[in-house]
Amino acid sequence: MLEDLLRILTFRAGYTAGVVVAGCTLLGVASGLIGCFGLLRRRSLMGDALAHATLPGVAGAFLIASALAWLLPEGVQPKSLGVLLTGAGVSAALGVLSVHGIVRGSGGRVREDAAIGVVLSVFFGLGYVLLSVVQAMPTGTQAGLKTFLFGQPAAMSVRDAQTLAIVAAVAMVAALALYKEFRLLCFDEEFARVQGWPTGGLDLAMMALVVLVVVVGLQAVGLVLVVALLIVPPAAARFWTDRLGAMLAISAGIGGGAGFVGVSISALRPGLPAGAIVVLSAAALFAASALCSPRHGLLGRWSRHASLTRRIRLDHALRALYERLEVAGTGQSPASALPRQDAGAALTGVGGASAIRWLARIGHVREDGDCVALTPSGLLAAARAVRNHRLWEQYLVTHADLAPSHVDRSADMIEHVLSPEMVRELEAALESEAEGAEHGPRVPTSVHPIRHAASEPHAAPRSSTEEGPRA
Amino acid sequence: MIPSLAEFLAIDLAAVVTACLCAATCAIVGSFLVLRRQALLGDSIAHSVLPGLAAAFLIVGSRGSVPMFIGALVAGIISTVLSEGLRRIARVESGAAMGVVFSTMFALGVLLMSLPRMRTVDLDADCVLNGVLETVVWTADTARGTRVPTTLADLLDPGVLAGAPQQLVTALVVFVVVGCVVLALYKELTLASFDGGLAAALGFPPWLLHTVLVVLAASASVASFEVVGSILVIAMLICPAASARMCTDRLTSQIAVAVLFSVLSVLSGYCAAAFGPGLVGFPGTTLSAAGMITVAAGLLLVAAILLAPVHGLLARSARTFRLGVTIAREDLLAMLYRVEESNPHQTLRRDQVIQGLGGGVVARSAIRSALSRGEIVPAGHGLTLTDPGRAAARALVRTHRLWESYLVHELGLRPDHVHRAAMDLEHHTTPAMVQDLASAVPSVTDDPHGRRIPDAGLEGSPARSARGNGPEPGR
Repeated sequence: MLEDLLRILTFRAGYTAGVVVAGCTLLGVASGLIGCFGLLRRRSLMGDALAHATLPGVAGAFLIASALAWLLPEGVQPKSLGVLLTGAGVSAALGVLSVHGIVRGSGGRVREDAAIGVVLSVFFGLGYVLLSVVQAMPTGTQAGLKTFLFGQPAAMSVRDAQTLAIVAAVAMVAALALYKEFRLLCFDEEFARVQGWPTGGLDLAMMALVVLVVVVGLQAVGLVLVVALLIVPPAAARFWTDRLGAMLAISAGIGGGAGFVGVSISALRPGLPAGAIVVLSAAALFAASALCSPRHGLLGRWSRHASLTRRIRLDHALRALYERLEVAGTGQSPASALPRQDAGAALTGVGGASAIRWLARIGHVREDGDCVALTPSGLLAAARAVRNHRLWEQYLVTHADLAPSHVDRSADMIEHVLSPEMVRELEAALESEAEGAEHGPRVPTSVHPIRHAASEPHAAPRSSTEEGPRA
Repeated sequence: MIPSLAEFLAIDLAAVVTACLCAATCAIVGSFLVLRRQALLGDSIAHSVLPGLAAAFLIVGSRGSVPMFIGALVAGIISTVLSEGLRRIARVESGAAMGVVFSTMFALGVLLMSLPRMRTVDLDADCVLNGVLETVVWTADTARGTRVPTTLADLLDPGVLAGAPQQLVTALVVFVVVGCVVLALYKELTLASFDGGLAAALGFPPWLLHTVLVVLAASASVASFEVVGSILVIAMLICPAASARMCTDRLTSQIAVAVLFSVLSVLSGYCAAAFGPGLVGFPGTTLSAAGMITVAAGLLLVAAILLAPVHGLLARSARTFRLGVTIAREDLLAMLYRVEESNPHQTLRRDQVIQGLGGGVVARSAIRSALSRGEIVPAGHGLTLTDPGRAAARALVRTHRLWESYLVHELGLRPDHVHRAAMDLEHHTTPAMVQDLASAVPSVTDDPHGRRIPDAGLEGSPARSARGNGPEPGR
């Protein structure tokens, strides 16, 4: 089984299989490219309506071609791929126009989402009616037409696969040729219009490319699932990058990879639904992107969030200890150690005794029997945290005219994200002295009384003075 | 070929009633979805139920209704939770999030369906899309004493009712349950649909009502799609509600109209599918009923968009046309007045008037309208004002010149910039506003172009302005 898969993946499973796999890969690349623009235009589900709207075209083209069989050129059957796909393209285009027509005709009362749903279901229903007409015809059976529902690459001939590859390549080249225009349309439609670009025409061109991809994708993945190729790869690529060029490349890669792997796997055994496997491959890549991408992925965001939370907790713990030491100390210099009970009380909000153990483990706190003291590194970090907090408070009081009693909460939130540059700017704004070289950062005095932990509710509130907190 | 009543009751009645109940259920829920711009939720749910069905079958091993229902409901809810999660947590755009989830789930369903174990059962993706409406028939079961209804009186016979097809009973139950929930929560749902913020402030969390709506939509689609197929479910969730939205501005009547539209499309679609081919000469053929009902719903929507009384395309066009004619008629009166003002003996020929009004049907209709209202009469080769026409025209010109004066003196616009603005404003100015304008520029007797502002309510020919012999800057 694995050998078979390897044989197909390396194009050694025969010419036809190779061409089919190559064609589907190209299809994936093309739809990955074109889907990006759809995603950025927030038109993802338009592709769904289009894909469903191809069904009446397929069945209708077959009916018309059967009725006019004598008109068809030599060698063209009513069931020829060209005939059916032409019908599909025409009805998909009608579907696009219907969505616009419904929204405009109703004066905006029927919105685009509803219009998409209407076109999707009504065209598809019409397709089923036409299929039942085909079924009822004395000569024709609908066998073959329903393969378009779920796709059947195994049934493709070499010529079909070549057609698929060529059309996909054309769509791809067209999308790249219109890259600049589409980019403008996606990001700033108004600007594009003001600059004199025919935005309506460009929109139609974009939709035409979507129709092209959908139509050639019918045979490979089927009309219910072809929309996935237009949505899933771009949505996955979006996790990795914020630049359109990179997004196009990644999306094309994911689409191509899904087409390649999916069709190869489905060729292993007859009866495996190729379209479903292609879509599931793409979905697996999507899930991997959503989880693992460093920039927008869930794991990356969660780990960044966790480290920020940890830093905030550390800052709060150190500041609480420092302020308690200040209260216990005299004049300008804070006390060097605290009784364990006091330290625990100071840290009530951030975990109490367990916070002391945590701080000791990371080397910010030294435990001497029944006393707790900050290590030099702890003292430095604590002084920096307190300084950021108080600088911001001072700034708010002097420059934003807030009452001293109102600034503590706001500074609580800001202190963790102050960069050294901003601290310097704050100091400049407050005309404060530069930090002393050997004593670490100079800690300004608080603008308001230091809050007391819940353990000593009766302690007299200290007034904030220019001399700093007193014991 | 129209069937006899007995045939209809025996063969078609169950399918029609079941489809009507499903459609009405979907229409009720769909009214809220369309209003909340969540129309594609139905699309998403309808695609997502496939793996739920397959999984339920794989777990239970039979095609019982209850496990199928539960499996599909769970799948539908999982899909909405996942797409909501993608949107909120992973910040994927909402349409794309929905597309990713439902296509993946559908693909999973197709894959599960292709397992060898699933091949034995009469359940494939195709029948989920299209439904099996044709198989819903009354069955005669002598052991249980049930029989097929053949007359209208049979429908009251308990023996007949006991043999009602199981899908019909399911559809009825879901219809009643959904109807009751919507009735019970009607006020809250309405509030949350129109003003989520107010609902939250009043203590009805919008997410809770959203969840209720999702569960309702999932139940409605799940109960329906087994019979009518997921495509018809999507159509019934959206089309009747959208049609009703064209016809009314009130939520209550919108829901009622939506139910009406849904039943109408079921009846017309089913009849077209079952009896249409026979009528046009292909007896013995039937078309896809679900497909035909969908098409009927689409046609009804098109009809509603075109013909709806107030918001329809035709009604809006007619209103625009009538307004255009009114404006053109007023312009016509003012034009004749200004010609008379500069030269009392001059008249305008009809073709000059039409050209001056911009030509076309609107201009001709304006002349006809003014003639029939007795405001102008043909005089020689031209048109001239009657006394009532002249009074109306003087009022219009007075409004126009007052506006021009006001715009120049009070707003400081340049005199050559105010003519167009006054042209637009004069048609929408009420008499009270004219008085306000006149009192805002009390000392002004001439407009910024030097023409006299006609007095209010004076009869007779327009007074010649002192400097008013030059050509007017406008009409």
